[in-house]
Amino acid sequence: MRRVAIVSYGMGNLRSVANAIDVLGATAVVIDRPAELQGVDAAILPGVGAFGEAMLRLNSAGWPEALHHHAFKAQRPFLGICLGMQLLAERGTEFGDHQGLGWFPGAVVRLDRPANVRVPHIGWNDVVAKRTDGLLATVAPSATCYFVHSFAFEPADESLISGVTEYGGHSFVSAVERDNVFGVQFHPEKSQKHGLAMIKRFLEV
Amino acid sequence: MLRTRLIPVLLLQNGMLVRSESFSIHQVVGNPIHEAKRFNEWNVDELIYLDISRDGSYDLRRDDHKVKNLSEPMQILEEVSKTCFMPLTWGGRIRSIDDMRLCLRNGADKVAINTGAFRSPQLIRDGANAFGAQAIVVCIDVRCTERGFEVFIDGGRESTGRDAASWAKEAVSHGAGEILLQSIDRDGVATGYDLDLIRAVAQVSSVPVIALGGVGRYENYAEAVKAGADAVAAANIFHFKELSDRNGKRAMAKAGLHVRTS
Repeated sequence: MRRVAIVSYGMGNLRSVANAIDVLGATAVVIDRPAELQGVDAAILPGVGAFGEAMLRLNSAGWPEALHHHAFKAQRPFLGICLGMQLLAERGTEFGDHQGLGWFPGAVVRLDRPANVRVPHIGWNDVVAKRTDGLLATVAPSATCYFVHSFAFEPADESLISGVTEYGGHSFVSAVERDNVFGVQFHPEKSQKHGLAMIKRFLEV
Repeated sequence: MLRTRLIPVLLLQNGMLVRSESFSIHQVVGNPIHEAKRFNEWNVDELIYLDISRDGSYDLRRDDHKVKNLSEPMQILEEVSKTCFMPLTWGGRIRSIDDMRLCLRNGADKVAINTGAFRSPQLIRDGANAFGAQAIVVCIDVRCTERGFEVFIDGGRESTGRDAASWAKEAVSHGAGEILLQSIDRDGVATGYDLDLIRAVAQVSSVPVIALGGVGRYENYAEAVKAGADAVAAANIFHFKELSDRNGKRAMAKAGLHVRTS
């Protein structure tokens, strides 16, 4: 049975991610300390909240090095959800300029939309797959997923992009991936069967 | 393209689901956990739970309903979240950041705050800073009085003299991610949403406005959206009509709205 670590750093709803893992037949382990990453098969970095506070919490507990080791040295599957995807960026601009984990080049910026388009972007929207393999393979060409966010990651390297979503006349990047590292702006754990299909895919990596 | 959300609202009173009329009449309609499971199977867009209990006394009749022995609303939330693979908002008697954190930890994706936010708008700000604006839903209960659209707090018991649109605008400025706008006058009377109220608040809100209160027919949903609501919510109609989600969505699609059907 696969053991999937869910990183607990005080940001957001871990329970729903754990529930999704459990219902798919794997074992979710909520971990509070970086050392607990040892011995898990995969890791998920969830999170709702502000970029700066999240990095502060990750840094103060020593998460960045441990997560980097997990994803790049041990090359185990890693999934960042919502804020967890944004944290992969080099920097974030929510409530000031903050340094991110820096795994993927690019910055997290506020959704810039006309005045009549509401931000945050909240609700169900289409994720259009940019590749046929990877996390979105079983839901391609597009999946309806649940979004709740005001900021989005703009990768400097286009080959990272695995999904895009149109909102208010412009598209933003809603999924990124490279090898064993995945990031999704939407909440797969809250996106009913489409979302569960992606998590299932992640568990099979 | 963003879909227009249709959101069932479940009212929880002392451990039981109730239907509400005019914020004063409450009848037990079911079991909080089974109902959530049913909505998940229906593949609804989202769920809002509002705990409208007056105090911490939880109902003893729950044993008759074959629910696990849940003595706390947070246990109900935790149990509900296990079968809820769509967004879940929890509200009721949230007065502090710690209350919010507890809800999020037990499986809520967002918290709805009302009286606590009105009495201390700083709560909105603190919540948005700690958990992100998108996790903070400010619920506004409104009654039509000689003052206009007046905000009421404490379960509709306390008048504030505050205009709904002005409070909504202030709440957004503090960091509210969504406004759940409820008409007390229309609660449980099934005569349709208060469209003037929706218009007044939607005009000044830069964040999504969820309309609640008054749905009697499925056609009412599109009326609210045309008046400016971003999402539509209802409570009683989901308990008393068959296939209420699917038929509601059908009516919305027929009216030209983009809805999620799969």
